[in-house]
Amino acid sequence: MSGPGKGEGARSKAWDTGAERIDEQDRYRVVGKNERRVDALKLALGKGTYTDDLALPDTLHLKVLWSPHAHARIRSIDTSKAEQADGVALILHHGNVPRIPYTTAGQGHPEPSPYDQFVFPRKVRFVGDRVACVAAESERAAARALRLIEVDYEPLEPIFDPRRSLEPGAPVIHDEPEATGLPDYQPSRNIAAEMAVTHGDIDAAFAAADLVLEHDYSVPYQHHACLEPHAALTWLDEDNRLVVRVATQVPFHSRRILARILDLPLHRIRVIKPRIGGGFGGKQEILLEDLPALVTLRTGRPARLVLTRPEEIASSRTRHPQLLRWKTGVSSSGEVLAQELEVLANTGAYGAHALTVQTCTAGKTLPLYRADAYRFLMKAVYTNLPVAGAFRGYGGPQGFVALECHMDEVAERLGIDPLEFRRRNVIGPGHDNALAQALGEGKEGPPQRIRSCAVQECLERGRQAIGWERRATLQRTGTLRRGIGMSCLMHGSGIPGVDMGSARLKLNEDGSFNLHVGATDIGTGSDTILSQIAAETLAVPLDKIVIYSSDTDHTPFDTGAYASSTTFISGSAVRKASERVLGQLFEAAAEIWRGRGEAVEVDRLSAEDGRVLRPDGKSLGYDEICLSTFYTHDQHQIMDHGSHMSFECPPPFSAHFAEVEVDTETGVVRIIKYVAAVDCGVAIHPRSAEGQTEGGACMSMGYALSEDFVFDAGGRLLNDTFRDYKQFTALDVPPFETILVRSFEPAGPYGAKSVSEIPSDGPGPTIANALADALGIRFRELPLTPERIRRAWLERQGRPLESSP
Amino acid sequence: MKIELKVNGDAVSWRCEPHEFLTEVLRRHGLRGTKRGCESGDCGACAVLLDGREVPSCIVLAAQAAGHELTTIEALGDFERPHPIQEAFVESTAIQCGYCTPGMVIATEELLRRTPTPTEAQVRTRLAGHVCRCTGHIKPIEAVLRAAESMRGRS
Repeated sequence: MSGPGKGEGARSKAWDTGAERIDEQDRYRVVGKNERRVDALKLALGKGTYTDDLALPDTLHLKVLWSPHAHARIRSIDTSKAEQADGVALILHHGNVPRIPYTTAGQGHPEPSPYDQFVFPRKVRFVGDRVACVAAESERAAARALRLIEVDYEPLEPIFDPRRSLEPGAPVIHDEPEATGLPDYQPSRNIAAEMAVTHGDIDAAFAAADLVLEHDYSVPYQHHACLEPHAALTWLDEDNRLVVRVATQVPFHSRRILARILDLPLHRIRVIKPRIGGGFGGKQEILLEDLPALVTLRTGRPARLVLTRPEEIASSRTRHPQLLRWKTGVSSSGEVLAQELEVLANTGAYGAHALTVQTCTAGKTLPLYRADAYRFLMKAVYTNLPVAGAFRGYGGPQGFVALECHMDEVAERLGIDPLEFRRRNVIGPGHDNALAQALGEGKEGPPQRIRSCAVQECLERGRQAIGWERRATLQRTGTLRRGIGMSCLMHGSGIPGVDMGSARLKLNEDGSFNLHVGATDIGTGSDTILSQIAAETLAVPLDKIVIYSSDTDHTPFDTGAYASSTTFISGSAVRKASERVLGQLFEAAAEIWRGRGEAVEVDRLSAEDGRVLRPDGKSLGYDEICLSTFYTHDQHQIMDHGSHMSFECPPPFSAHFAEVEVDTETGVVRIIKYVAAVDCGVAIHPRSAEGQTEGGACMSMGYALSEDFVFDAGGRLLNDTFRDYKQFTALDVPPFETILVRSFEPAGPYGAKSVSEIPSDGPGPTIANALADALGIRFRELPLTPERIRRAWLERQGRPLESSP
Repeated sequence: MKIELKVNGDAVSWRCEPHEFLTEVLRRHGLRGTKRGCESGDCGACAVLLDGREVPSCIVLAAQAAGHELTTIEALGDFERPHPIQEAFVESTAIQCGYCTPGMVIATEELLRRTPTPTEAQVRTRLAGHVCRCTGHIKPIEAVLRAAESMRGRS
């Protein structure tokens, strides 16, 4: 695919941007309506059954012994005393489980993350790494026994700074010979993933620039804070198969990876996804189900493991902290010519998602503004700190902090309004994503050309909603100072050429349908959205769709709830299955009429309100059709399935705006108002799309202002409770305006593209830019804590604080 | 040990260990709408009403509830007759993963019983003890205000 060039206005008539179909959504009956979510009432009643809400008799309870050392070799483990303790059934450690290298990253096969983990390591690599696991009659008995396990550690020099990881002579964190990865995997240099990509003549493009600007940025850790911690319950069913009930975003990947590390035939494993209490990427990981599974296989008893909050914060997964350097070349008239991003990412002790999160850091940000050339340089390195992984935005929130703060700085240097600067340079309909091929999922990706793109409208609607012109007149003297900032954003919808979702649909005698999907609702509302797509296609009200999602025995495959893929990919699968079932309904209705001696042309039939309609006005209800096909005439089950994979990855676009007030005496920032204008194509369920936007943005307001990990000198996490790890609460979140901009994505089901991740990309740069507007000070390191702001303010006054805490 | 208390209107006599917290004991007795999120009293997922007052059941010893009256999410409404607060959370699309919802509904019950016409600031203060990572709190705040309005309409 060769797209229109950079300067060509870029709107090709042959290229479908959805513009001509934008009014189709006005005719939808279920899609685009704020239906009652199919699961909402049971959840309000407290009847949602999450993983740990099922109690089985005779269950063993598991507790894990976590490493107290950041880096140490285990010389020996003595479990003899612990085994004698009351109620202890089994103790697992590296000496009695198979040593099979794998990655916990719940990604498609083959996973592009290094195989650098074992169920238990012989060498611990962070405070919170697995050492052993006790299965006992109660959690309390298991916890008591943990204290009786004697471990002899040989402490090794730890690495706490990713720059140190790369130094010659630095300790090698993954020195085990079994660790393998993609060709760029270099464990001997502590490099979990490396990439260098150039598109166009980058040196010429910088040479042609009138202004070249370069800055460094730093972004912190973040905890997912799913309110439901990781949990798994396993048992053997009456056929001696292993059943795994687990809080996961990726049940099918869980089954596949478990089969490998347990050395069990895949068909002997059933993974059930019950109700999930939030995921945000943290549950895109085969994090803990292997342990209860091993206990169940060895004891024949049900086994349960639920992490505590401190375990969840320290030992699950985090957002990759990054050091970023952004360099831009522009013409004096404000045209972007060259963009270069260099990332040093800290993947922690293991390399789950180390390559792909970082390629997304580039993939979502670099192509947003048209340039003649681009360069991306990246290293993701091991340290002896908590393990990074998938986290809503998947590299985007990090990258946009650098890109969008940097664009503000470039605009400022050029003397151009930052909003106007973005308007002129931002990508549009018909433009090619210049880096899509180079930044594929561990291999070359399919080329991408933009179809729907209402980014200009997002910028304009957001500008009006925040009152951008008030920037000129805001209070900028005295103690409380105000500023307005913005950012422009792009994300994706699924992993092109990789992600696949599927659905199966069957008709019942009352004209209702069972919809079985592999897609995993983790709180996003996908059960509702997928039901809406089926109801719309089949012309029935939403309550005629009975959805059941993700159970590896009973639903077809889906890669899982990640990469903003569910509505776009799984939704398209549901639409296909529904269209096929509708075709069968037409055939069956025609057959019934023909049996009555009435001639019918199938291709002239239509569907309305649960009935098949003839042009002459006669109709048959789906219930009548089902009864006939079950019991009287041409007996068969009306049912079908659909699968969907896409080589396209339509990006949603968004513009975020914030007004902030900063107290120069305390350094405290208050967000006065926040606006997010979003182009997600047709919003299948508008209030859910708003909810995703508000939730994703609120999460990243914490990332911008208050969330971070604090370690002691030995690498132990100090703020591992909700009291000390500061998220935004109902008191902190500002008045919020979500604007769903009208658009239509021709590649998506009913015009939809994704919405779940893009909101988390915005608050970091938006708030930093607003703060710069308020104080005239550029902050390039998140989070923007009162201390950091106060220090910078005093420095600006020529009164720097001497001491550091 | 054995404790006598009233749970959702019924007098019960429950066995528990002296060190056990209320969340565990409630869940063991089948009342699993009360959730575990932090076990340190910081997230609100385990909120129940103790003599009509919201408490985090994960840091209240079961023994402390002896002789008192407990109300859990299960008593507020059911599929046929949801509580107006539950209805308001549904209608406001204030529920995403739903794990925080029972605690928020419990908190709202106490708030609206004592303050039938809360200001938005009062609602925010009340919900501030309830961690919610999905919604950004915007729609739950709206749900509480909607519930207040609908309950005023009914009384």
